Amino acid sequence: MGSIFNAQQIVNGLQVGSIYALIALGYTMVYGIVRLINFAHGDFYMIGAYASYGAFFLFNAFFAGKTGILAFIVLVASMLAGGLIAMLANRLAYRPLRYKPKLSSLITAIGVSMFLEYFFSALPMIGPSYRSFPDILPRVEINLGIATISNYVIIDIAVAAVLMVGLTILVRYSVLGKAMRAVSQDKDAARLMGIDIEKVIGYTFMIGGAFAGVAGLLAGMTYPRIFPYMGIQPGLKAFIAAVLGGIGSIPGAVLGAYIMGLAETFASAYNSLIGEGIAFAILILVLLIRPRGLLGEKTADKI
Amino acid sequence: MPNLKTIKLPKLLIFAAVLYAAIEILYKTDLMNGYILHIINQSLIYVILAVSLNLINGITGQFSLGHMGFAGVGAYVSGTLTTLIFKLSPSAPGGMLVFIASIVAGGIAAAIIGFLIGFPSLRLKGDYLAIVTLGFGEIIRTVFNNIDYVGGPRGLLGIPKFSNFTVIFVAAFLTIVIIRNLIESSHGRAMLSIRENELAAELVGIDTTKYKVLAFSIGAFFAGIAGGLFAHLLQLAHPTQFGFIKSVEVLIMIYAGGVGSITGSTVAAFALTFLSEGLRLGIRFVADTTGLPIGGEWRMVIYSLLLIFIMLFRTEGLMGTKESRLIKIGEAD
Amino acid sequence: MSAQLSIQGMTHYFGGLRAVSNFSFDVPQGAIYGLIGPNGSGKTTTFNLITGIYNPTEGKVLFEGKDITGMKPYKIVRSGIARTFQNLRIFSNLTALDNIRIARHYTTKSGIASSILRLPSFMNEEKTVKRESAALLDLMHLSSRANEEAKNLPYGELRRLEIARALATKPKLILLDEPAAGMNPKEVEELMSLIVRIRDEFKVTIFLIEHHMKVVMGICEYIKVIDFGETIAEGIPDLVGKDPKVLEAYLGKRGA
Repeated sequence: MGSIFNAQQIVNGLQVGSIYALIALGYTMVYGIVRLINFAHGDFYMIGAYASYGAFFLFNAFFAGKTGILAFIVLVASMLAGGLIAMLANRLAYRPLRYKPKLSSLITAIGVSMFLEYFFSALPMIGPSYRSFPDILPRVEINLGIATISNYVIIDIAVAAVLMVGLTILVRYSVLGKAMRAVSQDKDAARLMGIDIEKVIGYTFMIGGAFAGVAGLLAGMTYPRIFPYMGIQPGLKAFIAAVLGGIGSIPGAVLGAYIMGLAETFASAYNSLIGEGIAFAILILVLLIRPRGLLGEKTADKI
Repeated sequence: MPNLKTIKLPKLLIFAAVLYAAIEILYKTDLMNGYILHIINQSLIYVILAVSLNLINGITGQFSLGHMGFAGVGAYVSGTLTTLIFKLSPSAPGGMLVFIASIVAGGIAAAIIGFLIGFPSLRLKGDYLAIVTLGFGEIIRTVFNNIDYVGGPRGLLGIPKFSNFTVIFVAAFLTIVIIRNLIESSHGRAMLSIRENELAAELVGIDTTKYKVLAFSIGAFFAGIAGGLFAHLLQLAHPTQFGFIKSVEVLIMIYAGGVGSITGSTVAAFALTFLSEGLRLGIRFVADTTGLPIGGEWRMVIYSLLLIFIMLFRTEGLMGTKESRLIKIGEAD
Repeated sequence: MSAQLSIQGMTHYFGGLRAVSNFSFDVPQGAIYGLIGPNGSGKTTTFNLITGIYNPTEGKVLFEGKDITGMKPYKIVRSGIARTFQNLRIFSNLTALDNIRIARHYTTKSGIASSILRLPSFMNEEKTVKRESAALLDLMHLSSRANEEAKNLPYGELRRLEIARALATKPKLILLDEPAAGMNPKEVEELMSLIVRIRDEFKVTIFLIEHHMKVVMGICEYIKVIDFGETIAEGIPDLVGKDPKVLEAYLGKRGA
């Protein structure tokens, strides 16, 4: 067989885990603050990819050759697009149902997800088929002896790491971060403290969406194909990763995402069918054995 | 509108018989063409799907997102029996009986899967249950996609066309009567109590485990029947027919019609099937006449917007959580 | 009178929090027994432990000699213990009559098949259940509400409905969790006589949690006082009411 646990696979696993982490963070933050599984989150990822695609071609004419500036532009584009759509979805579809039974929000989220996917698929200039993502940065192979990696691996992991550190700083030290944590723990108490709940929720969606958008850009660059349904699989896996780590927990989402990335890479290397199913196997195991996840908190219902 | 839940059986039978006769006559005298009849057939199958899903979601309150997976099991099992094992043709003597037996076998197979899926529902609630049922639905779909014996990704083709208006109509009628009789009974009230307040239900002696698993099993059984009927109408069974999006379409039906209302599910199944077809034609017409590149995906765009609108503006659907009290004949006494 | 319900050495932890500690008492058959104590002292937890919602960390619950510790709630109910809830758990979208009928369900014998086929045995059972449920509603002066959805009923009627529903399970012991909460003085008077009537006519033991001292002193024959999950006093109302430890628990050290 040869060991599947070699350095090459580990690196691949960390790479895909980084992308999952960015998506999973959005799921976990939104769930933590409004207890909603945002089915449409994977589609913010897709929109980020398309937005950066569009931005690239739009600005390529002006900044041809200036890769640094172009890279910055597409990054901003992906974050803006992801964040904006997330905020819109929250404002138009989720906020009206905030105090109705949770199932209504869940079904609405399904509707939003379907809408985004089919809408992008139906637009003639986007269409349902695959599109090749341009090489914004030149691909370079780096030989490390134990493995050969492309520079994209480093980019993916590095960008994700920087964003995750930024988020941690935000959540821990900023006023918004404190407000987010307060609203997650007790909405009513937060309101009584003078916190504008809906604003905080809006920002949470925006940040989560922006992260998903960046993930879409990275994915587009790395596996250079984008299509309107590209958010379904990664979205589902990132969600499972968030559940594995403990939904609502930010470190949990990151932990779960990297475990998922590695597990998936190793499993696929062993057998592609098992690779497809590993995500679900993890979900079933988590829900049956430890539903609160690795780092999640035990919630007790008052009866 | 007659209240399907409280109308007594003889009156319901008469109503159904008249409806059946009317459609048959219209078709046989060429006042209705085969195309419309085909849509009616599909609507009736969706009635079975919607009413059976309503039993799980609307009556017992267990959120299931993988309903079409059960239909897929029914389709493939019955299709395998008639096509691959018995190699039936519609004209074969006794073929209809074997067909019906195969459909029932498909239903039973689906019920077994439903029984198994009932168990996660014991420990999981709301969101999590939704995800797990979604997952099971997708697993079932993937499994069929990977079994070459039933055609794998190409699907099971060449299924003999045994489904006709009579068979489908009778199946839909029986489904409505059986599920309605179940709901309007002590057992049905037990299921409702689980939806309303599961803990309180336990504390008045209801074995909630039994009823949750029962709801899934019975709901799955009828979904399996529907799947089998579908396969023998369209003459094929394909993995893509039973995926998550299809399950959501059935979900839209029960929400449009009113969660918990059989009458609502029936009406919505008809309305949405016709609407869907109308949209398809309408979009094609617009595309053809204007020359604009408007693809079929727009139908699903409108569908998803419809779902969002229903959830935002009328979560109760047409009929609400109760049946209409327009014609109340009396309950089961 | 022998102990119908016997709690022995019951201790329960929620994670690191000790809710009930080495709690023991006996409830005699046919008594009206009261459990009182400050908020958060472990009263509702005790009810939850008895009815099987929680499995006690330590200790036993015996009912009519049988060990029911940790049994599933629905089985405990079928053994003869019913309860009401502090925060009302009514089936809101169902009618008042249906709320009662559901509580009768476990006594029926008709299977799924006979209900689908509408067999005569099933139809007769349905008639009986309907009749008996209507009678219970009548007892609680709720007949006019029989076909009304429960969510439309005023608070006082909902409390009565929940008691009626508990009665419908043919219990030998009823646990009432703060039945007088939110009631005006007139309603409280009616409730007190209702509870005594229920005990006398239905031959059920009443075990109640209450904050309303009028109810406790008025109808309870024995009282147990609990604080921080431990017994601090028990006995007949008059004596308990004067116990300095009880006063301290409720009013604080200086109040005693």
